Amino acid sequence: MARQKLRVDRIACDGRGLCAELFPEGIALDEWGFPILRDGAVPPELLKHARRAVAACPTLALRLERVDERRLPLVARGG
Amino acid sequence: MSAAPALPDAGARRLPRLLAGLRSDGAHVSLGGHTRTHGALPAPRDLVTMIERSGLTGRGGASFPVAAKLDAVRSGRGRPVVLVNGAEGEPASGKDKVLLGYAPHLVLDGAVLAARALGAREVIVATASRTASAAVSAAAGERRDAGVSIREIVVPDRFVAGEETALVQFVNGGACLPTSTPPRPFERGVNGAPTLVQNAETLAHVALIARNGPDWFRALGTAEEPGSALVTLSGAVRRPGVYEIPLGQTLAELLEDAGGTSAEIQAFLIGGYFGTWIGAADGATVRLADAELAPLDAALGARAIVALPASSCGVVETARVARYLAAESAGQCGPCVHGLAAVANDLGGLLQRRASVDESLLHRRLGIIPGRGACHHPDGAVRFVRSALTVFGDEFARHFQGRGCSGAGKPILPVKVRA
Repeated sequence: MARQKLRVDRIACDGRGLCAELFPEGIALDEWGFPILRDGAVPPELLKHARRAVAACPTLALRLERVDERRLPLVARGG
Repeated sequence: MSAAPALPDAGARRLPRLLAGLRSDGAHVSLGGHTRTHGALPAPRDLVTMIERSGLTGRGGASFPVAAKLDAVRSGRGRPVVLVNGAEGEPASGKDKVLLGYAPHLVLDGAVLAARALGAREVIVATASRTASAAVSAAAGERRDAGVSIREIVVPDRFVAGEETALVQFVNGGACLPTSTPPRPFERGVNGAPTLVQNAETLAHVALIARNGPDWFRALGTAEEPGSALVTLSGAVRRPGVYEIPLGQTLAELLEDAGGTSAEIQAFLIGGYFGTWIGAADGATVRLADAELAPLDAALGARAIVALPASSCGVVETARVARYLAAESAGQCGPCVHGLAAVANDLGGLLQRRASVDESLLHRRLGIIPGRGACHHPDGAVRFVRSALTVFGDEFARHFQGRGCSGAGKPILPVKVRA
């Protein structure tokens, strides 16, 4: 199975915290209630918890993506 | 490459380049004046290769290779759009306003050349300055660029306005705030088209490289960082303003060009409010190129340099800018909104002798804020504050102990106060 990691859409994220409750091994909350993701791929035996957290996010901010997904080239943010 | 029309001051190693032929009355250079100074707009067969050979990198803050960006836009789906970024939300920077206001044809030339190389038909010039926008409008009215339309748009005068996705969203009719990525503008931007978002100064360099060739461009600067660049110099110097330097020139030479410092200097802010501080001793020998600045944890960034006099307080200056940067958050991402506000409150607390600020909590906050926003606003703000904590270590120690300033002087770093 392809390795997967979590990613947060930081604008959509509202700091509700369900993700950290459902997947504490991979997600912690900062003092303001916003997610801090553990680096790296989700261990395969924990993927089902990660998927549960993704499904539970009220704003659909959390997603899982393949680690070896072709990354688009980084481009400057202002020119 | 083709021979260039001789510039009035012959010689590839001479300056000014971008700032050549400016009028002393402050009006923008007309199309006629522009053509007399720089020559007619050329029609290069392969602009992207010329730019690649020149080694031109973006002059907007991230120093990204321009040819690579042109290539990425060109490879997108749909007819591209060129979006000139003259937003310049950084309060300590004025170079793009100067270029657009005084030499708009140079920027427009670069934009039109890029448009032609990309097959774009539309050039949009974004600036927060109404004066600069009026100059662009007048200049556009003097031109007849076949197949390319030019229009200008005035963006809000906010720090994040120049972020490329914010500009694109604003042009598309939305708020001038960053959006989540992907997609980045080079893939899908204005009206969903591949969009070249390029700093105004960068396009001015394109205009001159197209005329004079890559070797001419490389006659100034360093091998890794070729060419000339505009910097905004302010603070305790006799003649603050926008200067054109060859990359790699010493800061000392720049200060000399500006008439020298007007007071004893304790530190220099390099790269504007997302930049970092260097001490006066380092400032005496440092060269203005990213490779030379890197060992000091600094970079050219927005190319705004501020000389902080010894009579000022580094904590006071840092606290003011941190408060400003917190207020300038787009307000979309929790770690940025709450994090920068908390840091600003901590620094503000240090200015009140009796408040006790938890130093280790401040450092923990600075540790967890970066990388958790949709754009780099929180990262830049944290970089600035962390650098201040290092360079003004003694002054911060006094304040953490509740002993207050050893001297505050007059405010140096400018911020924009909103009603």
